Amino acid sequence: MDRRFPFKVLEHIFSFVDSNEDRNSVSLVCKSWFETERRTRKRVFVGNCYAVSPLKVARRFPKMRSLTLKGKPHFADYNLVPDGWGGYAWPWIEAMAARRPLLEEIRLKRMVVTDECLEKIAASFRDFKTLVLTSCEGFSTDGIAAIASTCRKLRDLELRECIVDDLGGDWLSYFPETSTSLVSLDFSCLDSEVKLSDLERLLSRSPNLKSLKLNRSVTLDVLESLLRRAPQLVELGTGSFSDELDPEEIAKLTKALSELKQLKSLSGLWDLLPEYIPLLYSVCPRLTSLNLSYATVQMPDLIDLLSRCSKLQKLWVMDLIEDKGLKTVALCCKELRELRVFPSGADLDETDVTLTEQGLVSVSEGCKKLESVLYFCVQFTNAALVSIAKNRPNFRCFRLCVMEPFAPDYRTQQPLDEGFKAIVEKCKDLRRLSVSGLLTDKAFEYIGVHAKKLRMLSIAFAGDSDLMLHHLLSGCQSLKKLEIRDCPFGDTALLENAAKLETMRSLWMSSCFVSFGACKQLSQKMPRLNVEVIDEHPPKTRPDSSPVERIYIYRTVAGPRLDTPEFVWTIHKSPEVGVSRLSIR
Amino acid sequence: MENVGVCDEFVNLKATELRLGLPGTEDGGEEERQKVSCCKSNKRAFPETEKDIESTGKTKPASPPKAQIVGWPPVRSYRKNNIQTKKNESEGQGMYVKVSMDGAPYLRKIDLTVYKQYPELMKSLENMFKFSVGEYCERERYKGSEFVPTYEDKDGDWMLVGDVPWEMFVSSCKRLRIMKGSEAKGLGCGV
Repeated sequence: MDRRFPFKVLEHIFSFVDSNEDRNSVSLVCKSWFETERRTRKRVFVGNCYAVSPLKVARRFPKMRSLTLKGKPHFADYNLVPDGWGGYAWPWIEAMAARRPLLEEIRLKRMVVTDECLEKIAASFRDFKTLVLTSCEGFSTDGIAAIASTCRKLRDLELRECIVDDLGGDWLSYFPETSTSLVSLDFSCLDSEVKLSDLERLLSRSPNLKSLKLNRSVTLDVLESLLRRAPQLVELGTGSFSDELDPEEIAKLTKALSELKQLKSLSGLWDLLPEYIPLLYSVCPRLTSLNLSYATVQMPDLIDLLSRCSKLQKLWVMDLIEDKGLKTVALCCKELRELRVFPSGADLDETDVTLTEQGLVSVSEGCKKLESVLYFCVQFTNAALVSIAKNRPNFRCFRLCVMEPFAPDYRTQQPLDEGFKAIVEKCKDLRRLSVSGLLTDKAFEYIGVHAKKLRMLSIAFAGDSDLMLHHLLSGCQSLKKLEIRDCPFGDTALLENAAKLETMRSLWMSSCFVSFGACKQLSQKMPRLNVEVIDEHPPKTRPDSSPVERIYIYRTVAGPRLDTPEFVWTIHKSPEVGVSRLSIR
Repeated sequence: MENVGVCDEFVNLKATELRLGLPGTEDGGEEERQKVSCCKSNKRAFPETEKDIESTGKTKPASPPKAQIVGWPPVRSYRKNNIQTKKNESEGQGMYVKVSMDGAPYLRKIDLTVYKQYPELMKSLENMFKFSVGEYCERERYKGSEFVPTYEDKDGDWMLVGDVPWEMFVSSCKRLRIMKGSEAKGLGCGV
């Protein structure tokens, strides 16, 4: 008797399985499940573009409609990965264009995308709907124009914090003259001005537009005219909010803002002047997301705004909010789930802002649904961390950046070990953690013991010895991404826990004491890891015991990559060869 | 920018904390540290300089102008640039220019307003990239040096650092490039 489920039944069941992790598990059960799953997967996620070859992915998923890729290591965001390291989108675009012409969505993060890539997308995918580029670089506004003009079914075009060669605002005029299918448009990272008339006309013929994020060069005086044409907006990112308006203009703009009955998310607000805050009062009560991180508004002006946002779930703000402002948030924003507080000063020394650990303690007390925090602060205390942990055991993401490297608890002068111990002990669902301040190996012992669901961990200027790394690699069962900078160890712990590295997506270590010899040993021991040495000096010219500047280790089934620049060396698997640098573009 | 003395201080401080043992070495800590420091002195001072400078900041509160630690605090450059521009516009504070050196794949950024005159700037650059440019003199410029500091001015022209009065330089410099080799020699020796 054939005990297998018929394909159709399996297919139907799998159609309810959405998450990629679940689908990955499903595909491991048996061959027929693997086959059924791969033939039905529509949304494909590749967390490291070098973990697998584009061709393999294209072949495996014939029904692919959506592709998400990530390229450079996370620390590239902070300039720790030299330019030219890699993360090229082209091989993926090319492979998909040839084999998966029905692809509709492409989402890329930290990748190098050229105009050629964008033109290829425009030319190859006739039903193309969604392009989201986050922290990408390498393209110009010409590439955007190609997408705008050719992709007739375009719904989402979002450029989030990309570095774009901005050749002018013409690209906006390339959208088709007939009504567009645009649902979201985000060009907030572009510098140059777009023509107001182009923008007005685009809005008038985009009835489905729900999300619009303007760039800074869209001035306040034209905002009213734009909003009038798009009262259905759910998300709005304004341009600059600091130009002088006369009373009549102010009245008109106030009215236009109050007409946005569906508005849930507000961002942009560059250089928001305190006198314009009242204009926003009408939208505050409905807002679930507010991004003030570019609004250099100070206290007490912020209070007037925040006290009206009772439905707020996500708040991004600068440390200008101070402890006082966070107290208001704790009182008024009872639905808050995510808080990010960014530093306003350019240097570490700028401490004329009264934001202390108390601010975060208040919010953790008052906002019972808070589960995700990013907090920049000059110094901290263990007591505060213990309170925060007790108040909010539901944290899933806790990123604390004590900006003074090696800063101890400023009251007791002790390391912050006990504080972070409380966090990982109490917050059993913690998925992501960034630690900072003075930390000894003990802190990492605690993390290894308690943080069983932790997937991503970021560490800087911490620890005493290899024990630190050993605790993490041997303890954190769910660890997938580990990034470390400026910590005094490497070799022993890495080699002892080599097997662990194959269960992770990647490990980044820079300015640590990892020797070239250890890198070689590791690479030879673990065939399915790429061990990349990113160093200005050729490792061959130095003794094996010399430390390398940075290493990036990731699991892969694609073998060493062929697009490395001159400062990246992939350690060869065979001991005689030592180091290879294949550079075939 | 004097950090030689403090460098020793930093290394000694760390000596009490290092507990590394490379395979085969008994007194791993001491040997390793020596190897590390002699290797690091051959390198362009990328990560270690920051550490030295950062500890300068820690032990001497009134420290001379220091380069920023790269990538710290961990704020995306997109965000940093957007906030900084605003500050530059409103307070005229900080004139950050990129500095590149021929042969080095990494760019650095420095704030010109923290320096008062050329010698300070040159010292800082020398420390940053570990090179020596010698004395600048009007007649012979950077004679004999393998490295020549140049900058791009507002008009897009590449000029020799030191030719114009300091204030004029600060207001017109868009970025710096330390040239190396024969191209440099040609430029650097009295034109």
